Amino acid sequence: MNQTAASASKARWKHFPHDADVGLRGFGATAAEAFEQAAQALTAVVTQTQVEPKVQVEVTCEAPDLELLFVEWLNAVIYEMAVRGMLFGRFAVRIEGTRLAGTLWGEPVDVGRHAPACEPKGATYTALKVAADDKGHWSAACIVDV
Amino acid sequence: MDPARFTRVDETTWRLEPSGAMRVPAIIYADEALIRAMDDKVGEQAINVATLPGIVQASYAMPDAHWGYGFPIGGVAAFDPDRGGVVSAGGVGFDISCGVRTMLTGLKVADILPMQRSLADSLFRQIPAGVGSKGSITLDAIDMDAMLAGGARWAIERGWGDTRDLERVEEQGQMAGARPEHVSERAKERQRREMGTLGSGNHYLEVQAVAELFDTEVAEVFGLALDDVVVTIHCGSRGLGHQIGTEFLKEMVVVAEASGITLPDRELACAPINSEVGQRYLGAMRAAINCALANREILGHYARRIFAHFFPNHELRLLFDVSHNTCKVEPHVVAGKRRDLFVHRKGATRAFGPGHTSLPEALRPVGQPVLIGGRMGPGSYILVGEPTGEQKAFSSACHGAGRAMSRHAALKQWSGRKIVDDLAAQGILIRSPSTRGVAEEAPGAYKDVGAVVAAAEHAGLARRVARLRPLICIKG
Repeated sequence: MNQTAASASKARWKHFPHDADVGLRGFGATAAEAFEQAAQALTAVVTQTQVEPKVQVEVTCEAPDLELLFVEWLNAVIYEMAVRGMLFGRFAVRIEGTRLAGTLWGEPVDVGRHAPACEPKGATYTALKVAADDKGHWSAACIVDV
Repeated sequence: MDPARFTRVDETTWRLEPSGAMRVPAIIYADEALIRAMDDKVGEQAINVATLPGIVQASYAMPDAHWGYGFPIGGVAAFDPDRGGVVSAGGVGFDISCGVRTMLTGLKVADILPMQRSLADSLFRQIPAGVGSKGSITLDAIDMDAMLAGGARWAIERGWGDTRDLERVEEQGQMAGARPEHVSERAKERQRREMGTLGSGNHYLEVQAVAELFDTEVAEVFGLALDDVVVTIHCGSRGLGHQIGTEFLKEMVVVAEASGITLPDRELACAPINSEVGQRYLGAMRAAINCALANREILGHYARRIFAHFFPNHELRLLFDVSHNTCKVEPHVVAGKRRDLFVHRKGATRAFGPGHTSLPEALRPVGQPVLIGGRMGPGSYILVGEPTGEQKAFSSACHGAGRAMSRHAALKQWSGRKIVDDLAAQGILIRSPSTRGVAEEAPGAYKDVGAVVAAAEHAGLARRVARLRPLICIKG
């Protein structure tokens, strides 16, 4: 598996309901693209305002399979959001085997402008699914605890 | 959920006998309307928990149970380490030791009303709440470890609290067995600037009025009378707990498999209590409990400082501080024998009955205050632990109203601005950095907390003492 994808030009993600928390689902031509879109959905949990790509952050993670890698990826984004006090609006993901390298572009949280609604605590294994349909369209989904 | 799959034992007890991989029954405490309103997933998750090794007596769900991840939120399960019992990171949850503290102010509603607006603004300005808010405390590595070992005691030693609080905080403010060295650098980094912050989502600080009394004798022991004003804080271990939960969940998926434990859901990831990972998690989780206890002590201190400015002659006394996302070792009597069990309460409040030795002398004759968070409009409740709770669910009760509707659905139905205006018209002042956050937490998105606590009382888990209505709500 060797997938690379640039940040998609239009949003291809959605939120789906969970009793207490929120479900994220990203779509794409590749798993990497679906991961990027799911990260967009993660940002949209916090803010509906445009996030400017002022600062670039690199992350890497690793997991034995694509689904666990997806959770690792979201958790890596959540960690950078938390420790840097930032939001991210653009993502590029490269997946090679069990490793992922991601680039995040974003800016520090501006409470007045972003009006952040809630804080993601962690991605969960609940409703976790990363798969391609029979047409080869990928989707990546799980519940995030907020 | 269709209650037909359960056997109705009495008005509020629903039981499913073990079948398939279940080792014990699943028992849900709720009235019929509450159980019908529960998602099917609550039943599935309670059944899944019943399959875990070493589970004792039953897998329980409280009246406010809703679909969680792995365990239902409102789930209670106890495990015996000597019978292959497990500890589960998912069974504690991401917000380790999330809980509630209620402080008595000695003030009446009439004292608050003339300055309600400026008090609300002052609390909102000075208590960091929500994403992007900044606390004034930064911990270096030495302070971090001292905090993780010391809990509320550490906060008090640093001048952010009152020594008299300690007897009214679970574990006397300091969870034993905490191992800061088992908390990762990433978890510590996430907490470095988070002490004394409220968080977001359903976390809040409220100024509340005692609106109704159900048990005047216990209310008197608790120091509650009609129209009294109290301050309640709901929050947890912030980023540190979230990171510990995240990391151990990942590790426990692998360990469970290696230990031959079949997981019906990966989120139930667990490790034998008597294993290296199990012990390491317990050390880290207990450190996170201390983090939550310290955090609530500091937030209580901030509330005291602000109240002292408005009401210099009144001091805030702690009624109680109790967590609802924990795993604790407790002695319980099972089939006539006393055993030390690892009790997981995931969105469930410990509710010790009268006479429990861990309670301070003043509270021991009546039982432990059980603090139930409602939301903004409908109000909150204070219950007291019942002697029957021990046999019913290892002395556990509900923890809140429980969501009736997803955030997603709530957003479609309500406007945050309108909720703030409508509540203001009812004399409830909401202060939040996000109107969308207010809409997601709309009072209508939650179950009827009155029905939840009535069911808890009927089931013999805990008894109603007082209902509180909000006057001010600072929401993260």
